[in-house]
Amino acid sequence: MMADARYTLAELMAVSAAREIMDGETVFAGTGLPMLGVMLAQLTHAPNCCIIFEAGTMGSQLAHLPMSVGDPRSLRGAAMAAGLFEVFSYVLQAGRVDVGFLSGAQVDRFGNINSTSIGPDPRHPAVRFSGSGGACDIACLAKRTIIIAKHERRRFPDKVDYITSPGWMEGGDSRARAGLIRGGPSVVVTTMGVMRFHPGTRAIYLASYHPGLSPREVAENTGFALDVEGATETPRPSDEELRILREQVDPERVFLN
Amino acid sequence: MTSKLTGLSEAVALIPDRATVSFGGFTTQRHPMAFVYELIRQGRKDLYLFGHSPGGDWDILIGAGCVKRVELAYEADEAFGTVGPRWRMAVERGEIEWEDYSNFTMVLRFAAGAMGLPFMPTRSLLGSDLLGQQGLSEAQRLADPRTAASKFHAMNSPFDPRDRVVLVPAIHTDFAVIHVQKAAPSGIVRIEGQTFADVLQALSAETVIVTAEEIVEDSVLRQEPERNLLPFFAVKHVCHVPFGSHPYAVFNCYDYDPRQLKTYHDSASNDTAFRAYLDRFVYCVRSHEEYLEAVGGSQRLTSLRAEAPYGYSANLRRRRLE
Repeated sequence: MMADARYTLAELMAVSAAREIMDGETVFAGTGLPMLGVMLAQLTHAPNCCIIFEAGTMGSQLAHLPMSVGDPRSLRGAAMAAGLFEVFSYVLQAGRVDVGFLSGAQVDRFGNINSTSIGPDPRHPAVRFSGSGGACDIACLAKRTIIIAKHERRRFPDKVDYITSPGWMEGGDSRARAGLIRGGPSVVVTTMGVMRFHPGTRAIYLASYHPGLSPREVAENTGFALDVEGATETPRPSDEELRILREQVDPERVFLN
Repeated sequence: MTSKLTGLSEAVALIPDRATVSFGGFTTQRHPMAFVYELIRQGRKDLYLFGHSPGGDWDILIGAGCVKRVELAYEADEAFGTVGPRWRMAVERGEIEWEDYSNFTMVLRFAAGAMGLPFMPTRSLLGSDLLGQQGLSEAQRLADPRTAASKFHAMNSPFDPRDRVVLVPAIHTDFAVIHVQKAAPSGIVRIEGQTFADVLQALSAETVIVTAEEIVEDSVLRQEPERNLLPFFAVKHVCHVPFGSHPYAVFNCYDYDPRQLKTYHDSASNDTAFRAYLDRFVYCVRSHEEYLEAVGGSQRLTSLRAEAPYGYSANLRRRRLE
């Protein structure tokens, strides 16, 4: 479905995620595409971004792609090694994380995420997943979040089966009314496009569709009515971004497949 | 000072059925795996496990039928396996009792236990189904003192009613078992790299058992006291277990073993293959030394050795293994 054989879907998503990170920001990274995104951002337009891993490393300057947030690779070039308590308490809860990455099995129209289980009763689930990890904490306490998701109709239901990570809740000011003092999702990067949230209603809309797709195709693969008005094509990766991604970030192609 | 050095199987034998236990480490690093395998060999039953992000340490214990109830945030090997296969099957088949929290709130629960407080407040969890849903019923909780009487308590701050907080209950386990780079016979402990929540887990336990890659003289660790992490008097037993976290990594010592992790994940989602894995790597080896031979011996282990200046094996192949 890619219109351009120069790059893969994973590469396009990694580049789209990287472009969401601004220079100087403190970023909470997770396993998989988020790691490609932060490492690429640090090696291109955001050399001063501070990469934090919830297992206890701060200010990593990665030389080799970690395969987990507890990977010893996350210690390379780090300014500080500590533990979960320090990172979650003093950094995340105290409001020092600009952006965190999240993903899950289901994402709904207000950016609430499920990474716990499928089915109406979580005590008797049809399918069980890993659980929150730090995702709920990041969703509650980072200043904003970037969601990475596979774009399929069943993965974008009107309501998720279980809110592991609260997004904009039921829209409007419902997030603040739940007692959350900051944050909320700013963008959803999927296998089909990039979605954002309307400022007032907090409902999701399609900002861009990946090259080779139409807005209608994206809407057809979404489980709720998706606003596609004004969507444009996702900007393609530059040659330089692709070169760094392939040669420096993930030469082993751990996640770039 | 008295030596706390203990043999691995003697230390494992201290843990009775139905004990409450936490293990150190995080997903793919520093789990006390040799200790876990020995627990399975000794046939331990009905354990109550508490953790934030365990990995294969819990998954294999669950699969081997050693676990009754868990309180956790996450159970997987991250990119090596995005859900623990035996954990998933145990939940879907109704073979395990569990309660979901987040990493931060599980760590706060250990912190409360370590400080001798009944609970800790947090701004996390609000608006999530970690508050909205309960894994354990009230009856299950009240019937068993190993589990807190309730999952959480949400309230407004007594100092400013606009501030909403969630209180999460302290954890006090019978045992904590942590695997570290260096320990002295006296119980002085040094952890290199990320500390995860090992210190809080240890200090919220009645009995702390440390397994260490290297046993170092007390006087050596006392030369740099600022690098030591646990009050030595809180540690009851110290076991010398080189490669004690395999197939997981130990910073500055060795890397994770992608081949072994793949073998585990290829086996664990099928009952027969999982049984064969247990036979080959747990039941049919009598000791940790025999386990290390079974996973490839010194040739394999040498290839995992950490290199300077990285603290891991920089050229380790992690995908497209033969």
